[in-house]
Amino acid sequence: MAERIIYATYEDDDVLKSSAKKLVSKGVRIAEVFSPFPIHGIDPIIGVKNTRLGIMAFLYGLTGLLLATVGMKYIMIDDWPMNVGGKPNGTYLENMLAFIPVTFEFTVMCAAHGMAITYLWKNKTLPGLPASNPHPRTTDDRFVMELRLSENNKFTTEELEDMLQTSGASELDFKYVK
Amino acid sequence: MHKEAAIREPLILGHKTYHDITVDVCKPIEDKAPRGWYVLFTIALIIAIYGVGCIMYLLGTGIGVWGINKTIGWAWDITNFVWWVGIGHAGTLISAVLLLFRQKWRMAINRSAEAMTIFAVFMAGTFPLIHMGRLWLGYWTMPIPNQFGSLWVNFNSPLLWDVFAISTYLSVSLVFWYIGLIPDFATLRDRVKRPIPKKMYSILSFGWSGRAKNWNRFEIVSLVLAGLSTPLVFSVHSIVSFDFATSVIPGWHTTIFPPYFVAGAVFSGFAMVQTLMLVIRKAFRLEAYIHTRHIEYMNIVIMVTGSIVGTAYITELFISWYSGVEYEAYAFLNRATGPYWWAYWSMMTCNVISPQLMWIKPLRRSLYFTFFISIVVNIGMWFERYVIIVTSIHRDYLPAAWSMHYPSHMDIGVYIGTIGIFFVFYLLFARFFPVLPIAELKTILKSSGESYKNAPDHHEHESNHSSHH
Repeated sequence: MAERIIYATYEDDDVLKSSAKKLVSKGVRIAEVFSPFPIHGIDPIIGVKNTRLGIMAFLYGLTGLLLATVGMKYIMIDDWPMNVGGKPNGTYLENMLAFIPVTFEFTVMCAAHGMAITYLWKNKTLPGLPASNPHPRTTDDRFVMELRLSENNKFTTEELEDMLQTSGASELDFKYVK
Repeated sequence: MHKEAAIREPLILGHKTYHDITVDVCKPIEDKAPRGWYVLFTIALIIAIYGVGCIMYLLGTGIGVWGINKTIGWAWDITNFVWWVGIGHAGTLISAVLLLFRQKWRMAINRSAEAMTIFAVFMAGTFPLIHMGRLWLGYWTMPIPNQFGSLWVNFNSPLLWDVFAISTYLSVSLVFWYIGLIPDFATLRDRVKRPIPKKMYSILSFGWSGRAKNWNRFEIVSLVLAGLSTPLVFSVHSIVSFDFATSVIPGWHTTIFPPYFVAGAVFSGFAMVQTLMLVIRKAFRLEAYIHTRHIEYMNIVIMVTGSIVGTAYITELFISWYSGVEYEAYAFLNRATGPYWWAYWSMMTCNVISPQLMWIKPLRRSLYFTFFISIVVNIGMWFERYVIIVTSIHRDYLPAAWSMHYPSHMDIGVYIGTIGIFFVFYLLFARFFPVLPIAELKTILKSSGESYKNAPDHHEHESNHSSHH
């Protein structure tokens, strides 16, 4: 089924935000917003949930912590304990102070890289992928709101157009997607 | 929503729009490079090639070609390593710590400071690697199962902690920097006309489209990476200082080292940022974004960290006497009055006296003075490392082994060479990458831009502006 999309272009982030507020209060569903920088406060209006990447970073960090601990315990305590200058490695706990720097560094390394990879993956921003912004100026100074007609079948196209234009959209574009 | 105290100086001068920001940052990339760029690049490239040649000669012959000897096993190599790591501390401090503190002025300098960080840490990493003499065995510092029996690396050694600290710092800084660059590469991708650059920026931008959810994730990733990088900045130079502090050499065996090294690193890093930014803002006509206020903020950081460093020098000197340990006392007396007195007093002059001049407002707001002091600080910080390393070991417990260090041609060649390589990378960055964070700057335009600030209503516009100027 062919899908009809309206791209409403705005010249200012605040105008787009107040327009989004008005449209949503009337029951319009906004599918997407493209902007050249983060518009603070737009997410709750158009129903974008907060990302859980922070939680993922914590879990990756825990993984790093665990790996570092297990690895150093195995290497320094079990597999090849050393006795340098009459100072044996002893148990893991006795030697733990010397392990703190590497444990910390490895935790940070896993948390940061794990989160960065997840971020790129979830965003579908990976080397070689094509861009999907509707207009090249959405990375410069244009703010575009995407409405899908199938999600807004309470309204006619004309009603939507009218609402967008009165709320400050400077330009409307239509697109059919198969 | 976009309010900020009226008495704060605007961070973006002039009457800029979002589009102006894009144009101002992209123009130096889209235009032909000025002749000055080619001149600088050629000079840097010649020095870099010379440096690579010296490194090849060093690797082919052995590290004996340096001026080191049996008493002084560490000299310029580790001095340069610590110097470069120190310089590499400003970028992540600016982008991470200042992000956590919501300091908006960071946005004018974070991109190029982070680039500088990455290249500086890269140069730093070169020194321990070539100091191994057998570069190709560098992977032995990794804890990998191997064919030599159960031979592992020693996790009790600060030198190994350094391997982890530097590699984590380098890779996390790189990722942090690149994640910020992706949206700006997308801006360039959507602007440039010529097919090859378009393809290049298209690949570099990873298909970024600026959807609301992408920006939502972007902000959290930046925040969490900043949170992770903040302790990382402090840990890296603390661990570098452990290389010395955990030893039993008088002059190195000092508990004050970690905070003292971190302050020194930030001090030298900001000085290098000043040196580079003062040139870039002029060459790329970015005076509206990096202006006197930004330079002043950085000078205040230099003043504060410089005072911490100065306090540390004096504390160290006092404790060496107060401890009652004669070896410790001698190490410091020898530094100040022995054969290396000139190095010690260069360090003291450059690092203790010069930052104190920043208390004077006209001086810290003077661009020429700032440029001069930034060079002085970088020289001083190199001497600091040289003094700590060489003067502590050149006279050890056995007077028969006392020695002096004279830099060889290779010492100088490799050091100058890394400066050349650094500038080759930095100039390439400045030519092809957006030197200011385009997307981030747009977020502060309405709160800190001159044309929006203090003009909430049109009828108040005139009175506010006249009182401001």
